[in-house]
Parts: sequence; structure tokens; C-alpha cells
Amino acid sequence: MPAPIIKVDAISKSFGTFKVLDGLSMQVMPGEKLALIGPSGSGKTTILRILMTLEKIDGGHIQVDGEQLYHMERNGQLLPADERHLAKMRQKIGMVFQLFNLFPHKCVMDNVTLAPMLTKGVARAAAQKRAMELLDMVGLADKAKAMPAQLSGGQKQRVAIARALALSPKIMLFDEVTSALDPELVEEVLNVMRKLAAETDMTMLLVTHEMGFAHDFADRVLFFDRGRIVEEGKPDEIFRHPKQERTQSFLKKIIAAGHRV
Amino acid sequence: MTQWSGYLGLILQGALVTIELTLMGSVLALVMAFLAGMGRVSRFFIVRAIATTYIEFFRGTSIFVQLFWAYFVLPFAGLSLTPLQAGVLALGLNVGAYAAEVVRGAILSVGREQYEACTALNLGRWQGMRHVILPQALLVMLPTFGNNAIELLKATSVVSLISLADLTFQAQVVRSQTGSTLMPFVSVLVIYFGLALIISWGIRSLERRMARGLDGVRV
Repeated sequence: MPAPIIKVDAISKSFGTFKVLDGLSMQVMPGEKLALIGPSGSGKTTILRILMTLEKIDGGHIQVDGEQLYHMERNGQLLPADERHLAKMRQKIGMVFQLFNLFPHKCVMDNVTLAPMLTKGVARAAAQKRAMELLDMVGLADKAKAMPAQLSGGQKQRVAIARALALSPKIMLFDEVTSALDPELVEEVLNVMRKLAAETDMTMLLVTHEMGFAHDFADRVLFFDRGRIVEEGKPDEIFRHPKQERTQSFLKKIIAAGHRV
Repeated sequence: MTQWSGYLGLILQGALVTIELTLMGSVLALVMAFLAGMGRVSRFFIVRAIATTYIEFFRGTSIFVQLFWAYFVLPFAGLSLTPLQAGVLALGLNVGAYAAEVVRGAILSVGREQYEACTALNLGRWQGMRHVILPQALLVMLPTFGNNAIELLKATSVVSLISLADLTFQAQVVRSQTGSTLMPFVSVLVIYFGLALIISWGIRSLERRMARGLDGVRV
């Protein structure tokens, strides 16, 4: 059995007096597709943001791809990670945001090529060639010269996916990537993700309220509540036969709100 | 009438000095604004402290006093400046202090999600600043920079106090030589106003060019 690519060990995190993560532990295997579901405030987005180093942790350890994320080993001692260590670890991870976070002053092509050119020293021509392949993959090859403001939400999100992929991360984090989209645009983004899952062996972590998609897409589903994982298992187990009372009541509410499971 | 044209020549010479002061002062102000404005958002306490001290000092003391220090007091410290150098120094440092707060405000006005995108794409602090934050912040700064530049243009008249022959100084000369008050003062009024209009127009067209494509309408 291969080693997990992500090992989260007893992470705690508070915002003020509100405990978002309460001794959270979880493991992710290489290539695994994981769906994180749960009510808002349950900590599922926070753990993604912690993995992307957008939030600091209050306690615990995280290992990514065999190395400590927030600590570095020096002479057998574990020290807090410095900026250089964090930069090295970030190369392994990419993230797509709920609100796309594209750079509005740069065209689609420059959005995708900026980071590879700056952080990996890729030559412009090579970066653009790769960007065209990625834009083609997300179905936006004809939009390379467009500005983000000219695109629909679904198109923006597909550009954001291409932009994250351009750095070839081993792990991709998707934070409610369809929540800000008009209903008719959701499917085009989900299709790209299905394609990505089918064509690559990337490890993918997905925070979502699209239960139907989570069911089809994920190898494993984690149900979060109040900073802990209350229940986890195969999609069928979680969605069809949830054991925990809190999972059941959450799914009931979601279905009542009109979501397809 | 030929006499007037001679005096008008004097006033135009003064206008050239004013333009020179405005341009050179603006360049210095711009440099100081970015140094101090970015210093104010630095990670390092000492950098923030230096930037804050500079800004508070030059906003908190009068430009007259600053000019007198640059011209009359610095020589005691072994640094003698020409009137033009003293004028550029005082104007640049003074207006730079105001503009530094514009730079800081504009940097902070760029949304947190842009900084987070930079982190997620592994851009270094400076790379993100240079390629993502500042280009967006610049658009926010421009209108107020226009204000600052016009303030600087009008403040150049203080150099007449250290006998630099700028527009205001020449107007006084013409007035005392001709005894006419209306002609020199109408001329300088029109010239200052014209120069300010040019600055406004320049900043506005710069704004339009930089905003292109951002709203999805104009490309």
C-alpha cells in the first residue's frame, strides 16, 4: 500500500473564539478524489485554505508528499516553516477558488502563463504553448486574448482551472468552484473536472454543495461538522446509508433545498 | 504693445521655471510616494517606522518652512543647494508624503482574493506586488495623483520666496516695473490654470488607457 500524499494530524484552528478545526486528522492517498461536504462553518473550506497556506494553523502537523508543510526539519528538530520552505511546498499544490480570483488586468493567456514564467522560469513561448493546450482542454482556446471581464462565470472558472494546472501541481484543491455560478453554467465547469479526473492521476480535494457531482466524482466522501469529520466512506455509503444522525439531518436539509443526490 | 510683449516674455520665462519645477518635483514626489507608501505596508517594523516618520513629518510641517530649511538651514550642515534644487527637494518631499498615503491606500484597496491568488500560484511577495497588486492599485492611485500634481504645481509659487524666478516671481517683477497690476496677474492666473488643465487631461487619458478591458466593454 502506497504512502498517503496528505497526512493531516490533529490540526486545530480558531478564528477568535470560534474553533473552526478541532483536532482534525485525515489522510489522502495519491490520486484519490475526495469530496468534503458539510454545513457552512464546519471547517471544510478552512482545511483547504490551510493546505494552500492561506491560513496559519494553531496546532498539529501536516505532511504533504512526504514533507512537513508548516514545519521544516533542521538537524533532527522541527522548526516553523520559513517563506522559502512554504514556497517549495506550494509547488505541489494548486487551488481553484469560489470567486475565480482571476487577475482582471491581464488577458486569459497572461493569467495562465504568469506564474509558470515567474516561479518556474519557463520561457514565454513554452509557457504559451502549454497554456494553449490547457485552454484547449477546458474548451477556451478561442478566448486566449479575451479579458476576464468579457467572460461568463463558467468561462472564468475554467480559465482559473487552467491557470492552476499550468503549474502542474500534484494536488488540486477545489473550493466550492460552482457555488458562484448561474445554474446553467455549473455543468460546463463540472465537465472539465470530470475530464481532469479521468485523464490525470492528480489528487483532487473538492469542497462542494453539489451532492450529485460529489457522488459521481469522489472515491471517498468526508462529512464535516463543527471542525471534525463526523463520518466518512464511499459515496454510496454516505449518501444512501448515512450512519450518523448529523449526516442524515444534513442530507435531508440539502435534499429539501432542492439539490439532487 | 511691444513693451507688453517684452514683459510677457519675462512671464513666460517664469512659466518655464514653474514647469521645470513641477516636472522635477513630481518625479521626486512619485519616487518618494512609492518608497514610503510601500514602506508603510512592509513586513518589517523598522521600514514601516521610517516611512511613517517621513510621512507624518512632511505632512505636519509647512512647505514654507521645509523650503527655508532646504535653502537656508542645510548650508549650515555643509549642504548648499541652488534655489532650483532646494525647490525641487522641498516640493518633492512634501507632495511625496501626501502621495505616499495614496499609494498605501490603493495597495490596500486591492481585494484579499488577489493576494490569495498570488499565494496559490506561488508568486513571491515582490512578484505578486509587481505583476498583480500594483498594476491594479495604480488605477486607483491615478485620480488622486492628478490632484497631488496640481497641488504641487500651485505650491511651486513658494520658491519665489527664495528668489527663484518662477511664474509668480516674474509677475511681481513685471508689476513693480510697469505699475500695472492687472496684466501680470491675469497672465499668471491664465497660465497656472492652463497648466493645471493639461495635468488633468493627461491623467484622465492615462486613466482611460489603463482601464481598458477591465470592465469588459472597451477593449
